[in-house]
Amino acid sequence: MTRILALSAGLSVPSSTRLLTDRLAEAVRRSAGPSAEVEVVDLRPYAHALADHLLTGFPSGDLAELVERVRHADGLVVATRVFSASYSGLFKTFFDVLEPGLLEGKPVLIAATAGTARHSLVLDHALRPLFSYLRAVVVPTGVFAATEDFGDAGLDQRIDRAAGELVALAGGRRGALHVVRDEFADPTPFEERLRGLT
Amino acid sequence: MQFGIFTVGDVTMDPTTGRTPSEHERIKAQVEIAKKAEEVGLDVVAVGQHHNPPFVASSPTTTMAYIAAQTERILLSTSTTLITTTDPVRIAEDYGTLQHLTDGRMDLMMGRGNTGPVYPWFGKDIREGINLAIENYALLHRLWREDVVDWSGKFRTPLQGFTATPRPLDGVPPFVWHGSIRSPEIAEQAAYYGDGFFHNHIFWPASHTRQMVALYRRRFEHYGHGSADQAIVGLGGQFFMRRNSQDAVTEFRPYFDNAPVYGHGPSLEDFTAQTPLTVGSPQQVIEKTLGFREYAGDYQRQLFLLDHAGLPLKTVLEQLDLLGEILPDLRAGFAEGRPAHVPDGPTHEGLLAAALAQDESDETVSA
Repeated sequence: MTRILALSAGLSVPSSTRLLTDRLAEAVRRSAGPSAEVEVVDLRPYAHALADHLLTGFPSGDLAELVERVRHADGLVVATRVFSASYSGLFKTFFDVLEPGLLEGKPVLIAATAGTARHSLVLDHALRPLFSYLRAVVVPTGVFAATEDFGDAGLDQRIDRAAGELVALAGGRRGALHVVRDEFADPTPFEERLRGLT
Repeated sequence: MQFGIFTVGDVTMDPTTGRTPSEHERIKAQVEIAKKAEEVGLDVVAVGQHHNPPFVASSPTTTMAYIAAQTERILLSTSTTLITTTDPVRIAEDYGTLQHLTDGRMDLMMGRGNTGPVYPWFGKDIREGINLAIENYALLHRLWREDVVDWSGKFRTPLQGFTATPRPLDGVPPFVWHGSIRSPEIAEQAAYYGDGFFHNHIFWPASHTRQMVALYRRRFEHYGHGSADQAIVGLGGQFFMRRNSQDAVTEFRPYFDNAPVYGHGPSLEDFTAQTPLTVGSPQQVIEKTLGFREYAGDYQRQLFLLDHAGLPLKTVLEQLDLLGEILPDLRAGFAEGRPAHVPDGPTHEGLLAAALAQDESDETVSA
């Protein structure tokens, strides 16, 4: 079973970022078929826990559980509102607190909404470099929606194309690119570490 | 089971008065606190090592020697000794000397230090932190066990025919703990050598401590030092106590809200629910502390952080009096149901007796 987690960093209720995330999630369901498990999560309720994490260094309660769901997802949809020409602080903070390596090799579909089409390059100037740095596998098609795009059929086409790309990558992901070792379950033997130094 | 206190040696403003103690006051306060800890019946006092403000703890063995000279019984330890940026030869010499001066009334805990800029000041790189801890300790371990050492490594100038002096008291090297909050590699290191593992637990949820300690115990057994429940575990802890629990909350809240580590973050109520911090009555502190066993197993050393967040010396000494009052209950509680094969906290006398017993059994085998 393929597990896809869609994260929306929209702040208002209702939120156009959430609306776009829902449409992406639906397209992923259509593309992956009934065997896929697709969940949508708003980051807004985690805002306090994220600020606490920045200050204390550990995720509390529900946030810890969300981080585990991200860890075990086969692919992610990530959507942000454009704030001051980039992703929102809420969106970035979530990825800031993930431990290094957690997104390595994970397929990610990037998406953003804004009030104007003049922000459309935010996907390639802000989100794509962020996820490249985190060594995620960013699908080729990103989905940007300005307010006027919600009435445009071209948005549906981009949503379907991006969802298809995510499903293709996520289906074949397991064990392929994601090779981070779990040092708790399977510690590197100490002799190996000592030998590595000489 | 050993009980004690540890300090990081920070100089922090008292948020209720706006007054910041001088470095001189804080250094002297550490001595007062250690003497009080002995007076109320604690077993261990541990001092920190830092090389940047707002800390005054740059020379742990100096402070430890001074405390040792003014106390009779309490064991001196560290929280922690920086194995990454301190030359292991100097650690062997400084702590080796301290071991003789204190008649073995000391041990030490290795830590890496998490302040990036400190590393280059000592010619090191924080990205090599784990490797520095591994290589430097491997050398220190040999310096205390082999009279003449030839050595070369990645981080330090080589040694040819080097003898670290003084040699360990009674031929028994000081006991070593390895402290780490989040690095499984360090739990693995402690297990490999059969040394102690300390989890400073105080700012972290129990689930994380459980995972670190379980890894150490499992690997301790794997490396043949005994069964998993015989591994030597220490935990941090933190409380603020008043006879009436509401008084504790009211008095501690401004310190909590402005504390250097977690201040301006979660509420006092959330943080006490998520971490080992207890703010309340003596009975509440007893109950929470005894609960640590549920996820760490029967363990050997419990250290509390008391002098932090700008608490004035007078308040810290009052906290020690209260800790002294609940100590018999803590000792009785931890003794209850503790299997006989679980070792006591490490002491020089205990290590010496074990070494002598080992020699005898070796002689029996060869005879």
